[in-house]
Amino acid sequence: MAEQLTGAEALIRSLEYEGVEVVFGMPGGAILPAYDPLLDSSIRHVLARHEQGAGHMASGYAHATGRVGVAVVTSGPAATNILTALQDAYMDSVPMVVVSGQVATTAIGNDAFQEAHTWGMSMPATKHNELVTSADEIPDLIREAFHLASTGRKGPVLIDIPKDVLGATMTWHRPGEVRLPGYRPAVKGHPKQVKAAVDLIERSERPVFYVGGGVVAAGATEELQRFAEMIHVPMVTTLMARGAFPDSNPLNLGMPGMHGTYTATTALQRSDLLITLGARFDDRITGDVKQFAPEAKVIHVDIDPAEIGKIRFADVPIVGDAKIVLEQLIAQTERGGPQPNRDAWFAAINEWRTTHPLSYEQDPDGPIQQQYVIEELQRLTGGDATIVAGVGQHQMWTSQFWRFEEPRRWINSGGLGTMGYAVPAAIGAKAGRPEDVVFAIDGDGCFQMTGSELITAAVENIPIKVAVMNNASLGMVKQWQNLFYDGRLSQTALSPTVPDFVKFAEACGCVGLRADRPSEVAGVIEQALAINDRPVLIEFTCDPEAMVFPMVPAGGSNDDIILSREDLA
Amino acid sequence: MKHVIAVIVENKPGVLARVSSMFARRGFNIHSLTVGPTEDDTMSRMTVVVDGPEMEQIIKQLYKLVHTVKVTEFEPGTAIEREIMLVRVNADAKRRGEILDAARVWEARAVDVGVATITFEVTGPPERLADFLQLMNSYGIVSLAKSGRIALPRDQKSNKKQLKSA
Repeated sequence: MAEQLTGAEALIRSLEYEGVEVVFGMPGGAILPAYDPLLDSSIRHVLARHEQGAGHMASGYAHATGRVGVAVVTSGPAATNILTALQDAYMDSVPMVVVSGQVATTAIGNDAFQEAHTWGMSMPATKHNELVTSADEIPDLIREAFHLASTGRKGPVLIDIPKDVLGATMTWHRPGEVRLPGYRPAVKGHPKQVKAAVDLIERSERPVFYVGGGVVAAGATEELQRFAEMIHVPMVTTLMARGAFPDSNPLNLGMPGMHGTYTATTALQRSDLLITLGARFDDRITGDVKQFAPEAKVIHVDIDPAEIGKIRFADVPIVGDAKIVLEQLIAQTERGGPQPNRDAWFAAINEWRTTHPLSYEQDPDGPIQQQYVIEELQRLTGGDATIVAGVGQHQMWTSQFWRFEEPRRWINSGGLGTMGYAVPAAIGAKAGRPEDVVFAIDGDGCFQMTGSELITAAVENIPIKVAVMNNASLGMVKQWQNLFYDGRLSQTALSPTVPDFVKFAEACGCVGLRADRPSEVAGVIEQALAINDRPVLIEFTCDPEAMVFPMVPAGGSNDDIILSREDLA
Repeated sequence: MKHVIAVIVENKPGVLARVSSMFARRGFNIHSLTVGPTEDDTMSRMTVVVDGPEMEQIIKQLYKLVHTVKVTEFEPGTAIEREIMLVRVNADAKRRGEILDAARVWEARAVDVGVATITFEVTGPPERLADFLQLMNSYGIVSLAKSGRIALPRDQKSNKKQLKSA
């Protein structure tokens, strides 16, 4: 006889069927029925302190593992709280499934307690969403959600389930084949376009790879390395692609764009061919689009056809999965002709590299520079750490100064720029890869948004490490006020002493450490690295006046790079 | 310039909201949008008339919606396009005959006659409706209800441009 389950039991079983090992969430009225069978499930539940945190944890988990991150929350305020995390994941193509409770179908539309129109509100913030109307649909809709989240251009999917649907009885059935007649993501590039791309590369004197997060999402880093070395072409790796190609490889010119290296930004600008892989010509990369890479033809490989031609015309559009298209490009190149001599191009690049390296100065008696902390972290961990950043100056410096060698060890909020991302995302990353050292590098402004998730880390025994770069300000906003608002500082000062981050960490069940002087930096990092049974927070008292350079002002041309304070005079 | 596109979507609750939300979010202008059943009851047909130059993006963004199955843009003149409208015009006893004569030429059906107004039903290509409206303007239009456009390609395969998702 067929097994009778409640909708809630069917939900948990469906999640188990997807191989879910951990969900991040918080219970509440409408989702209550689902939390009962969860008690009997093999799935671990990490109890977040705020639903936004649960969402970013799922995102961090997905980034670190490449698998679908899952969050479970209740209706109303819980659903609105997790919207930020959904939009964040949507912008960065992070595979996530969020299950939200909803008021009973009989109450929907009546302004019931904790009712919100979750389906409508999450529609533009998700790849897809569904309101479940019958318990029978649950297995198939959960299967569909995981399929959509993890295929094609990855992204978040929300499943909203009313309380009475969770309580209803259904006959259990394993989910069938996903039936979505309108969803057919292309995987393989068109052979004609692949050939056109290889022909174009063979005729190009100044090509550069423009590599985005799609390469990491596709797991295409080995193919990229093979292809880049095969044709010996330099590359830039965007904020979302740091780690897609080793920084130790001289072909990697680093991050391009608003705060990119001079060499990476200028290489795009002077190039005659952009080999674009899983990148989307974001305004933080291009600056003024009309003046961006004016002499370059464009090969644009993306799994999402809508990205091709959205911002910049593609001479050779290739819709497909980056890994498979790279294999096609390698095979086609093997049949093709020789690469032209590009000595002059490399000479120019090496010249920029020598004359305009990333630089900073750490005065041994002066305030701590964040770049110094990042370099010391790198030295003392041997680079073997997963780095999770918030948004702002500390994020840009981390992307600039950390030497990334492998994918999925760099996690941050790129497209949406969500302050407060680091701590919860680090928890998710550590939950997914417990053997790894996971270091959140956060700003004091960011930390104060979601720092309460340290409690989650401590209570759930997820021993992350957090470096709070305390410059007592909303540093990046202050930098803009200094540069573009005549130094009129408006609401960007934070207290240098409140909160006391060390006491805050201790109150949350974590170890709190502090370094006020450069000479103390290495010592506290070593102390933190020696503690593995609890989360650790280190507060670094940093220079409040430091600014991130290079910088291309928003909307400006990438030809006009501000290299330092002296350039401003 | 106005473009006419046919969007075949899965016949599921909320699909109209998905399409209109996408248009709003991306800043695309909808001139008119109609939705109704098709020969296949699992599918609905939307006919969307849009302004603006971003046709390629509009079509690609429509395809990104999971419930969109097929998008077709009609080249000018390759589709049968129809609208329907109800228009109530001032028609006192003095001018009633004149108005009815004009309406006959346009094949407009008088569907309601009051003391001082006549209501016409007009069906046809959009231009014809526009011309009739212009004519009736001189008598004074009291109220107007207009459907959006519906369209089907003419039965000549070479005349339509189909854009496949991949």
